[in-house]
Amino acid sequence: MSAQMIADTATAPTAKRAPSLETAGMTKIFGPLVALDGVSIRVEAGSFHALLGENGAGKSTLVKCIMGFYAADRGAVLLDGREVDVKSPRDARDLGIGMVYQHFTLVPCLTAAENLVISRADAPTIIDWKAEMPKLEAFMARMPFQVPLDRQVSTLSAGEKQKLEILKLLYLDQRFLILDEPTSVLTPGEADEVLGLLGEMAARGEITVLMISHKFREVKAFCDSFTVLRRGRLTGSGDARTATVAEMSSMMIGDTEVRERAERVMHNDRAAVLELAGLCAEDEEGRLAIDRVNLKIRSGEIVGIAGVSGNGQSALVEALAGQRPLSDGGIFIHGKAFEPKRSDFDRFKVFGLPEEPLKNATVPRMSVAENMAFRAFDKPPMTSLGWWLSPGPMRRKAEELISRYRVKTTSPDSPIEALSGGNVQRAVLARELSGEVDVLIVANPCFGLDFASVAEIRSQIMEQRNRGAAVLLVSEDLDEILELSDRVAVMSGGTISYVSPIGETDRNTIGQHMAGH
Amino acid sequence: MTAVVSPPAMRSFSLGPKSARVVEALVIPIGALVASALLFSVFLIALGKSPATFFSLIWTGGFGSSFSIQNTLQRSAPLILTGLAFAIPARIGLTLIGAEGALVLGGFTAAAVAIPLVTGGIAPFLTLPIMALSAMLVGATWIGFAGWLRHYRGVNETISSLLLSYIAVAIMNFFVEGLLRDPASANKPSTMPIGDAYRVGSMPGTSVHWGLAAGLLLAVVLWILMTRTTFGFAARMTGGNVRAAKAQGLPVGFLVVACCAIAGACAGLAGFYEVAAVHGQANASLVAGYGFTGILVAFLARQNPLSVVPVAIMFGALAASGGLIQRRMGMPDATVLVLQGIIFVVLLVSETFYGRIPFLQAKTTGDRT
Repeated sequence: MSAQMIADTATAPTAKRAPSLETAGMTKIFGPLVALDGVSIRVEAGSFHALLGENGAGKSTLVKCIMGFYAADRGAVLLDGREVDVKSPRDARDLGIGMVYQHFTLVPCLTAAENLVISRADAPTIIDWKAEMPKLEAFMARMPFQVPLDRQVSTLSAGEKQKLEILKLLYLDQRFLILDEPTSVLTPGEADEVLGLLGEMAARGEITVLMISHKFREVKAFCDSFTVLRRGRLTGSGDARTATVAEMSSMMIGDTEVRERAERVMHNDRAAVLELAGLCAEDEEGRLAIDRVNLKIRSGEIVGIAGVSGNGQSALVEALAGQRPLSDGGIFIHGKAFEPKRSDFDRFKVFGLPEEPLKNATVPRMSVAENMAFRAFDKPPMTSLGWWLSPGPMRRKAEELISRYRVKTTSPDSPIEALSGGNVQRAVLARELSGEVDVLIVANPCFGLDFASVAEIRSQIMEQRNRGAAVLLVSEDLDEILELSDRVAVMSGGTISYVSPIGETDRNTIGQHMAGH
Repeated sequence: MTAVVSPPAMRSFSLGPKSARVVEALVIPIGALVASALLFSVFLIALGKSPATFFSLIWTGGFGSSFSIQNTLQRSAPLILTGLAFAIPARIGLTLIGAEGALVLGGFTAAAVAIPLVTGGIAPFLTLPIMALSAMLVGATWIGFAGWLRHYRGVNETISSLLLSYIAVAIMNFFVEGLLRDPASANKPSTMPIGDAYRVGSMPGTSVHWGLAAGLLLAVVLWILMTRTTFGFAARMTGGNVRAAKAQGLPVGFLVVACCAIAGACAGLAGFYEVAAVHGQANASLVAGYGFTGILVAFLARQNPLSVVPVAIMFGALAASGGLIQRRMGMPDATVLVLQGIIFVVLLVSETFYGRIPFLQAKTTGDRT
């Protein structure tokens, strides 16, 4: 950013300054669940405040209470020290409190300018573009970062879209910004840029930012204060610049016992097990979603595929899992052609942990026992005569897996949709990893899970690797890839643009390839 | 998510997950029936008629005498089969409403293949199975085609099966009014009558034709197929989450087409009995709405093949009492259709209550962390 621009901003007539915000004893109860239990936080004017916590800790509930999506059962919101009554998101907007959600809320087929104007509460029925455009341009010139106004939103990159989301709030003159994991859709470079700019604006006292995050690196690099929630209660707060990551993480997970991380066993050069040769597959519109993907994975090796979401990773996993037909190329296991059908899954011992297991790997309304039998229901001992089902062995197998993998469920007969995310993932893990595994396809296995489950699931994946499985790990979490992989591959524009052994690369290099350089 | 408050009152009444689902599947449809009866009573009162008389006449007309019971069962037979024709594809996630067409086309096929066999003097014990099998085959192909279109071409199965029904009726009319018209059928174009020797008789000691036995048998067989076999398990997986089924390498296309073909065969068999046991020939009487009432039957039965039987009997009774209502209350016999329509709408609304009525839910304490 140029010095010129800072000067412009400083002289610009900014009527409102960054407000401070407090919550006092916020309590929210959903049925038998106390989602928030007397949470009081304080966000100073002009600070960049991080709200930390595991999934289900109550972060989203807290910001939704602040935004007026939920009515808190007890407690108050204080803006600049005065109690305010936020009954709906509209009230929050009128008070200058705005939120950027995890997923974009822009209209993709409209231009940036159109998105800005229609976001106004007083958007006119007929827009006088001749009058609006100069105003928008003047607004954009005042801002520390810009997005081309005449471009259609669908053609913007994820980073530009996120910037536009933030600009939208500033355009509406909202000075208290709540960001819900704003960097999950960005490359590391884009994330650093956006957070850096917001940090500078906060430091100048133009905005106050409350950011939900669980990336300690970002919190340490950009935030100046933080609050931690655990199980609906406040467990700590402090200065983000002086607190250590260890302190923050112990506030987040408490004294939950975390399973030891599995050691990485070193293998000598082993034979390639899984080979992808020129894989191509189309998306719903008939465009190439994956374009000539070539990759070999050896026995006892984890290859991590990094990439900004939407660059073909999910299409690749779907193609390997049989959810998406191949338009060209072939999959080979131990040198033999593999087709993603049931008999080949069994013959080649191919298993998978897809992302969002409730959506991809389970039938939500079927019972836990039935879901755990998906691999084995058509083989003895669960079937006799080839087609007659035996519920007895199915149930016994489920009971065994439930206790071995510590799946928390009232009964094997509960529908699996009644389980929490971590327990659904554990049930799927139990089903897929309880036998002998030669090839394992894993996609975002820890997305949305709490700390303890994450450690456990990662060590299970590592164990399969150590036993000699060839593991393909697709993840949007670069830390996960760096922790688990033996080799890293980057997917960009539907193809693999970069492959490197883990020891010969670093976060920056991977980030540059993710961005398509 | 977080700490759990445990009021002791909630502990005392708690259902296991299985029984909770069973209770829910009983309470909600019965509640829907009661609500429909109340709404219909309002309709009757508005017309100046007594609801009490109406419902007691339904009972009398449906179950009041051995004659009315047999009349009811006679009408239930095709409803069981068309109910199954909706229920089986519903298990695999499809809303197929084309049983009417498969019934009509199956019945027509049975009548058509009978013509050369009967004139050729082939014995009834050979002719009837051939008629039945061809009716089932044509029905299976007809609905199986809708399933094929759905899976391989992405055509909405509800629309295609509905439109296929119109085509089926048109095909029958085309032949019945043209090539295969029996010259003796002056006022009502029909195919040649198969003759009394070729009729499917009644079950011993009753006036109810064998279609009822076939329906009961198929309901049990299909219930076993869907709940106790690998085929049924795979079909339920596909119906519950097709992405998961594909990820398990299941032959989704085969399962979809097979379930549709089973459905079509059921409806085709219903058509066969309509021709071979009731009408003795194919004509416009085959288009009696059994296929569409079957949708209602399957809905109320929660797509469970066994529950289809009692529900079909209930609707059979409703249809059987239409005449009595007309005579005693001076109301058109279409009145029962108004009641059917109300039940359907209320039933659709009641679908939204599953999983939402607190005291019908299994306790899931401890599952959510």
